[in-house]
Amino acid sequence: MRILGLAGRRLAASIPTLILILIGVFLLLQFAPGDTVDAMMAQMGGGDAATAKELRKFYGLDLSIPAQLGNYLWRLVRLDLGFSSIYGKPVSSVIIERLPPTILLMTASLSFAFFFGLVFGVIAARGVNRWPDTLISTLGLIFYATPSFWFGLMAIVVFSVYLQWLPPGGFEDIGTVRTGIWRVLDIASHLVLPTLTLGLIFLAIYLRIMRASMLEVLNLDYVRTARAKGLDETRVVTRHVLRNALLPMVTLIGLQAGTMLGGSVVVESVFSLPGLGRLAYESVVQRDLNTLLGIVFVSALLVISVNFVVDLIYARLDPRITAGG
Amino acid sequence: MDAVKRYFRSPAAVAGLILLLIVIAMAVSAGWLYPRDPLALAGRPLVWPFSNPRFLLGTDNSGRDIAAQIFYGARISLLIGGVATAIAILIGILVGAFAGYYGGWVDNVLMRITEAFQTLPNFVLLLVLVAVFGSTLTTVTIAVGVVSWPAPARLTRAEFLSLRNREFVQAGRTLGMKNIQLIFGEILPNALPPVIVYASVVMAVAILLESALAFLRLSDPNVASWGNLIGLGRDVLRVQWYVSAIPGIAILVTVLAVSLVGQGLNDALNPRLKGR
Repeated sequence: MRILGLAGRRLAASIPTLILILIGVFLLLQFAPGDTVDAMMAQMGGGDAATAKELRKFYGLDLSIPAQLGNYLWRLVRLDLGFSSIYGKPVSSVIIERLPPTILLMTASLSFAFFFGLVFGVIAARGVNRWPDTLISTLGLIFYATPSFWFGLMAIVVFSVYLQWLPPGGFEDIGTVRTGIWRVLDIASHLVLPTLTLGLIFLAIYLRIMRASMLEVLNLDYVRTARAKGLDETRVVTRHVLRNALLPMVTLIGLQAGTMLGGSVVVESVFSLPGLGRLAYESVVQRDLNTLLGIVFVSALLVISVNFVVDLIYARLDPRITAGG
Repeated sequence: MDAVKRYFRSPAAVAGLILLLIVIAMAVSAGWLYPRDPLALAGRPLVWPFSNPRFLLGTDNSGRDIAAQIFYGARISLLIGGVATAIAILIGILVGAFAGYYGGWVDNVLMRITEAFQTLPNFVLLLVLVAVFGSTLTTVTIAVGVVSWPAPARLTRAEFLSLRNREFVQAGRTLGMKNIQLIFGEILPNALPPVIVYASVVMAVAILLESALAFLRLSDPNVASWGNLIGLGRDVLRVQWYVSAIPGIAILVTVLAVSLVGQGLNDALNPRLKGR
């Protein structure tokens, strides 16, 4: 219960941040050339000034900027993100449709990066400055420097064009109707390459942090005690070192949540996944500013909720956090 | 002098420095080796690399020399990476220094703003900035700088927090120095080394951010940049994959070089942390 209270307090503290982001981006978008009505008129194939004025009045765009901002925030409280003139639907339903692929992709990439980062980090730290460490650290540096979209394209060339093992893009095969387990497998095969592509840079970061924190914890007194007790090395690492060495990794998940969401914009475009990131890109290209603002809101919410979960995990891993208040 | 010696004792750091010098040499010699406009038509489209001695790395979809674009692209990447990093570090130092030095409500307000920037995915913010201000070379560079300052700001703030009550600062205060003098004349020089080392991380990320933006065709289309070329090569990926592959390797090498130099500097300046 105390854990929940603590994390809840952190969550409450992020509300002002959220409002700050919304006000900032809302004001920023006022500088954008053209507004929703311009976009709609372009879609309709032009129209006279009277219609435009009528529409602006209908959407409340003739009000002063502070009044518009007030309106927008008040609508947000009721979870109304406005209307997308490009998609002809409320922004919230456009975003909800696009959310599942992104969440699936982020979860998969994070698990991949976290698991292999942990394993490789431990292997590297166990053989510090010997060849497994050198190999893993070098690979980590190269992965870190690889542009994700480029890695994705090259993966398509190798695995989809030459080997023809995996589909080059899309979320599921739309040619055939599949149900149940076959549909799951189909979606999974479509997500293999995007997951690797998005996860690569995070794998590099995680293994570096894991290696460093393992090295740090391995030198602590209590580890020497555990060894002196006669525990074998595997036992020492899994039972005693890992739990403490994991803390920086967990912190990193929270810090990197935003970066990962940003990375999915590029990865979803490479693999034409119908996700939130691709929607962000499309709304920039199509000047659908209402949708763009909605995405800003939803991605900030996502980052805040990831951090909430991270706080919970953190408190479970390290009881001192709750004890200290 | 010790730090320089320590730097050159690390093979990785030396390799990074050599790679970085090669990229810089490419940027400098671009105009001399390829005097013609890199975006002008040069020959038949889609000539494979090493098949025609006139185009060592082949030509792209519209018959432009890939090697020339790689050389000119080095200029763009280094320019955007360098200037955006300078902007990010400058904003970061100002915000971090004031927040860390004054504390209290100044710290509260500045850190709230920093948090807001960190909560919003930086690539999404970059998209918003490009949507609003357009995508010329100048706006893209400034936008990349503007989304990259929170981490250096936090670092500077942490340094200031640990330095602001040291004896030398109190001595300065007793001598009647003004706050501004204390911040920029006394504390900042001591807080600077870790921030400068961190600049290499910022620069690596800045180069990657710009190339991703260019790949999505949201960066300046009128300059020869590596990201633009990868985006262009995507249309012919199935057969002429080299159009995308070559500029990607250039980005990889540049970012690797910058990170290696940064890590080498870090190890040379903080010898106690070496091997971590």
